[in-house]
Amino acid sequence: MTAYERLCAARAKGRPTARSFIDNLFEGFMELHGDRLFGDDRAIVGGVARLEGRPVTVIGIEKGQDTSEKIARNFGSPNPEGYRKALRLMEQAEKFNRPVVCFVDTAGAYCGLGAEERGQGSAIATNLVRMMGLRTPVLSVLIGEGGSGGALALAVADEVWMLENAVYSVISPEGAASIIYKDASQVERAAESLHITAQELAGFGVVERVIPEAEGFEAVYRDLKGALGTALDRLKQMDAQALTDARYLRFRKFGGLLE
Amino acid sequence: MLNKSMFIKPRNALEGEGGQKAQPSIPDALCRACPACRATAFSKDLEENGLVCPHCGHHLRMDVQSRLRLLVDEGSFTELFADLETKNPIQFPEYEKKLAAARKATGRADGVVCGIGRIGGFETAIFVMDPQFMMGSMGTVVGEKITRTFETAAARSLPVVGVTVSGGARIQEGIFSLMQMAKTSGAVLRHSQAGNLYIALLTDPTTGGVTASFAMEADVILAEPGALIGFAGPRVIEQTIRAKLPEGFQRAEFLLEKGFVDRIVPRSEQKKTISALLGLHERRSMA
Ligand SMILES: [Zn+2]
Repeated sequence: MTAYERLCAARAKGRPTARSFIDNLFEGFMELHGDRLFGDDRAIVGGVARLEGRPVTVIGIEKGQDTSEKIARNFGSPNPEGYRKALRLMEQAEKFNRPVVCFVDTAGAYCGLGAEERGQGSAIATNLVRMMGLRTPVLSVLIGEGGSGGALALAVADEVWMLENAVYSVISPEGAASIIYKDASQVERAAESLHITAQELAGFGVVERVIPEAEGFEAVYRDLKGALGTALDRLKQMDAQALTDARYLRFRKFGGLLE
Repeated sequence: MLNKSMFIKPRNALEGEGGQKAQPSIPDALCRACPACRATAFSKDLEENGLVCPHCGHHLRMDVQSRLRLLVDEGSFTELFADLETKNPIQFPEYEKKLAAARKATGRADGVVCGIGRIGGFETAIFVMDPQFMMGSMGTVVGEKITRTFETAAARSLPVVGVTVSGGARIQEGIFSLMQMAKTSGAVLRHSQAGNLYIALLTDPTTGGVTASFAMEADVILAEPGALIGFAGPRVIEQTIRAKLPEGFQRAEFLLEKGFVDRIVPRSEQKKTISALLGLHERRSMA
């Protein structure tokens, strides 16, 4: 598959969204709402659940399935209050020593008036800093679109995994086409040049694991469930200092240029 | 690795006009029109006035050397990490050509100058982003140099003073550009956890991945009057909401009102304000 074909698959109508992953991987998910500052952003779903018995905090960017749900969830483009809700839940997880699992699927953080007024940049920046220091394991799974800073704000993790047809990029291929090539129709070329596919990103060390999709989503859920349990058990063995040191070094290495 | 860099005078005043196309004709080098009020002033007078329009107070974009001259005690600055060059990590087509042009225009390897100097007598780590180098976009070199600046400052218990200006991500470095947001945030955190002060001065324009990382992570966030500061650029927002943005939206004064910057500080006050903050947070030497 070409990068552009994967981009289309990542955005395809009917592709399972965060809520499907939560329902299929965890037991007894209980949603917890609100950022305690402004409101409850429905583009982000978060709460507590169990993974084969282990208490976990689960957070997902939810695009919605049908049209009315998509509108209610702002098509999966969070506002600052969504990122702040996610951070509140992560810090709650830290307090109670339970790991955090994030599902990332967004075209990007919302670019609207209210989002700017309420500090979209500040909200994302705060998540990056606090997640870097979070003294409990964090594992993020890119399940569809990984749109720039709005995706990274839930992906400063000990490990980042990607579904085979998910994409992760600093800018949408449409945006890159219009800025770099001054031609919005050059999307396929931009998608290729940006190296947005799971396989390429695994090669760069940006993701640790690629989950195959060839056998359908039942198999994806089964694979993910097993792999998550093993990974979280392993990460839980590390003391908080070693864990956060390793998390910093994980990101520190990108563009660690030699003179 | 250490590279003593004195304050080199710009070849002409037009070098101070980041993000805008320089028109190197002779009258322009002597005179400049203010982009805000259109009044003309002698370049020499403008420079002496800190590139602030004497008629309306508009703060023109400032090149790195002028900024260092404005803020840093004369002769005290030692540049660090100046030689780092990008490895073109995703081999983006045509990127080398763009880089070559930016290097030629600025005489720098990439878009930020970092080092150690004194501000009002206080030793501090400093970074100043370069609006003339691909619009201050953040790629691996900008991210790496800023990360090293925070790491060096943490190791020496020094504060960091950072001047931001950025159009956002360095698209040509793809995912590696995005990863710099997390990397620099980690470096800011470690510097902060050791009790060190970080002051950011946000200048026009500070947007995208820089706003959504180290620009908004400082202990004290200062902004220049009128500076555009936001996550999304105004054009992207207008496309999203299909409407014109209100006057003053995303300007420094708007961010102050909304609670996202601590103070708006005109150029004439910046050195004094930063020095006072550094003095208030001075750490006793271990000796
Ligand atoms: Zn003027």
